[in-house]
Amino acid sequence: METIRFTLNGRPTSLEVDGDRMLLWVLRGELELTGTKFGCGAGLCGACTVVVDGEPVRSCRLAMRDVRGKDITTIEGLARDGKLHPLQEQFIEHGALQCGFCTSGMIMNAHGMLQKNPRPTREQIVAGMDDNLCRCAAHKRILEAIEAVAGTK
Amino acid sequence: MKDSESGLEVPETAHAGLAIDRRQFLKLVGSGILVTFFVGDLAVLDADAQRRDYPADFNAYLRIGADGRVTVWSGKVEMGQGVITSLAQMAAEELGVALEAIDMVLGDTQLCPWDMGTFGSMSTRFFGPALRGAAAEARAVLLELASAHLQAPVAKLRVADGAVFLASDPHTRVTFGQLAGGRRIERHLAGKPALRSFAEFTVSGQPARRRDGFAKVTGTAKYAGDMRLPGMFYARLLRPPAHDATLKSVDTSGAGKLPGVIVVNQGGLVAVLHADPEVAARALDAIKATFDVPPATVDTDTIFDHLLRVAPPPEEHERRGNPAAGEKAAATLFEHRYENGYGAHAPMETHTALASVEGDKVTVWTSTQTPFPNQQQVAQALGIAPEKVHVITPFVGGGFGGKSGAGLQAVEAARLAKIVGRPVQVAWTRAEEFFYDAFRPAAVVKIKSGIDGGGRIVLWDHRVYWAGSRSAEQFYDVPNSAVLTYGQWGRDAAGAHPFATGPWRAPGANLNVFARESQIDIMAASAKADPLEFRLANTSDPRMRSVLRAAAERFGWRKSPAGAGRGQGIGCGIDAGAYVALAAEVAVDKGTGSVAVKRIVCAQDMGQVINPDGARMQMEGCVTMGLGYALSETLRFKGGDVLVHNFNAYEIPRFSGLPAIEAILVKNDALTPQGGGEPAIVPVGAAIANAICDATGARLFQMPMTPERVKKALAG
Repeated sequence: METIRFTLNGRPTSLEVDGDRMLLWVLRGELELTGTKFGCGAGLCGACTVVVDGEPVRSCRLAMRDVRGKDITTIEGLARDGKLHPLQEQFIEHGALQCGFCTSGMIMNAHGMLQKNPRPTREQIVAGMDDNLCRCAAHKRILEAIEAVAGTK
Repeated sequence: MKDSESGLEVPETAHAGLAIDRRQFLKLVGSGILVTFFVGDLAVLDADAQRRDYPADFNAYLRIGADGRVTVWSGKVEMGQGVITSLAQMAAEELGVALEAIDMVLGDTQLCPWDMGTFGSMSTRFFGPALRGAAAEARAVLLELASAHLQAPVAKLRVADGAVFLASDPHTRVTFGQLAGGRRIERHLAGKPALRSFAEFTVSGQPARRRDGFAKVTGTAKYAGDMRLPGMFYARLLRPPAHDATLKSVDTSGAGKLPGVIVVNQGGLVAVLHADPEVAARALDAIKATFDVPPATVDTDTIFDHLLRVAPPPEEHERRGNPAAGEKAAATLFEHRYENGYGAHAPMETHTALASVEGDKVTVWTSTQTPFPNQQQVAQALGIAPEKVHVITPFVGGGFGGKSGAGLQAVEAARLAKIVGRPVQVAWTRAEEFFYDAFRPAAVVKIKSGIDGGGRIVLWDHRVYWAGSRSAEQFYDVPNSAVLTYGQWGRDAAGAHPFATGPWRAPGANLNVFARESQIDIMAASAKADPLEFRLANTSDPRMRSVLRAAAERFGWRKSPAGAGRGQGIGCGIDAGAYVALAAEVAVDKGTGSVAVKRIVCAQDMGQVINPDGARMQMEGCVTMGLGYALSETLRFKGGDVLVHNFNAYEIPRFSGLPAIEAILVKNDALTPQGGGEPAIVPVGAAIANAICDATGARLFQMPMTPERVKKALAG
């Protein structure tokens, strides 16, 4: 067990945890943030994506010891002061979800992507989102929602 | 706890252990105006439900409460298909309330009457009319009450926005809440109430935003794996390396040494449990086990010949005319065999359940399309009465037919919870999901067909092995036509498949349509006819002609030359009462054999459309998901060993494979709503196969049409 301090959704956080544990299970466990989903456990589907220091990261592959000192945003931290983030608004507006299980990861992956490149082309969005899987196949609307936020359409 | 944005009741632990006599359960609903009704997809209530204490004359109900809110209870579930929006729209329409005033309570075996399950694109088709009837009945009751309250005849009253008012003076009004409060009025929908006509609709027929959207974009929507109970354990179970393998020896001592780990080895269950799922996973790794694995007799490639060999005698599904006469009348005969391998459902949410045992009662939160059959399965496994089992279905993270089976994870969680005396979650890993899935069965279709000298189809002999007859019904004007089925999915399958099989979105239809529409193109080419013209010349069915024309027109069928390596294809079919035609343009890389689908236009006549945006969303989802079965999804296996363990070995559609998609709803308001969750997926494989042939001259007879198979077909 070790003390790991990091920023979670804007709040300083300190946890006594085993540094080998993966962030996903700490989020879903003691932190009770179940919006981040388990989909594959191998970084292959993107359902567990969170944003770490501005980068989209698969939380199922991120050990707690690598979280030390980092700034982490999960889906629960995206809306601020009761106002939805533009990505959340546009996902609703475009109907860019069905079962919703991939949605947190889709939004967080897009959020990280847009922090690095606020005005991506369609090709860049496709490349940036390609490893996030959606079985209901809402792909078309997800792209449209992200384009609406990026203002590139 | 109610999520006010989504309108879906989010189950909470307070429900656990609540004892309700089935016959009493309506009394718990509280005061207000209550209308019970019977959903038509259960013309015969399942014998299981009849044996038990479920009401025989209704399987859903709605209530208007003193707060003016309308609550609908139903055993259906929300798994992404959007029923919490479309069903609420229908109720809102008939009642005359805002969509926001409707709450849906779904998939809860204690609060909802018995329901068979959510599948077959039936919710809107069959549930919709019954729900509308109940809402209309409630409106009639409200009008009678309002008539007394406002001292005016019903004819002079109007209903809107949850209130009844004088037509002549809208300020003289009384709200639904005022009328319902403090009363207890029960009505049962028996006859056919007067429904509003489609032309009068203001809520239905209009695009509505998903009511679960807010919860799902904020991460607050709860799925089975998100439920938490004090003291709960996460369980991992020992799995065999292959189906039909038997456990020879097991040594759990290593697992038992890990702090806090509980080991269970009882009645065939070998499991490790811990408060942290990662520790449970490590404990599982520490178990040493040996299995006897029977030798593999079939694999990914040999399965088709095996299936033909072991097929039972045929059942005649449909016949017109005399195939022998058709064969004589034919100028040219065509005989081909089409194949489709096993398919995984691969929902993003793996099968997950949380079970809690309190006294003699069990509560299970589970991801399922069939909560009531699951209740029975859990009860049987524990040897208790079904009434003691309360199944709650939170949001389901995708089903596609794959969560309508044995409810194994719920049974496992319940058995373990009973053994250890603590709540237990079983959440399958992705490898378990790919192992215990009830796969779409591998199947074969053989078609013998013939045309006369004028390009008219005179013979059609369609034989389906192991996929069933769905969407094989003949709609071409063929005088001599037969459809025969050899084995079905889900029955007579012993010895056929090396693992479980079950329904996969539009079960069997994707192969039947792939085979039929490929064969049609082969005949059109022989007759030197354009594929679209050939279809139109051979079917007089007005709905099929209209979707074909709509798709072709929007697509710009044959308007411009396709270009090198490019091709266009069309296919059509009928599924769940909807007619659909789909045109596709592909680019084929002849060097690698890879196929890029550039654009797809899909036209669908599904009768009245309750939520046009939701309907298009389902069509786009069908088209995109269909790319996977058509092009890439290969379930490799050797005997009972499924060689796919994660998404890196099973390629489902991605953003980079997304074509431009246009979904067109062909207006047919004279027809009640038809299915919408499945039809548009059925012609995807066929249209792509036809487009590949148009681009390259190579005909593919097996799905998925992987680069290797395309290259092989190109080599001739």
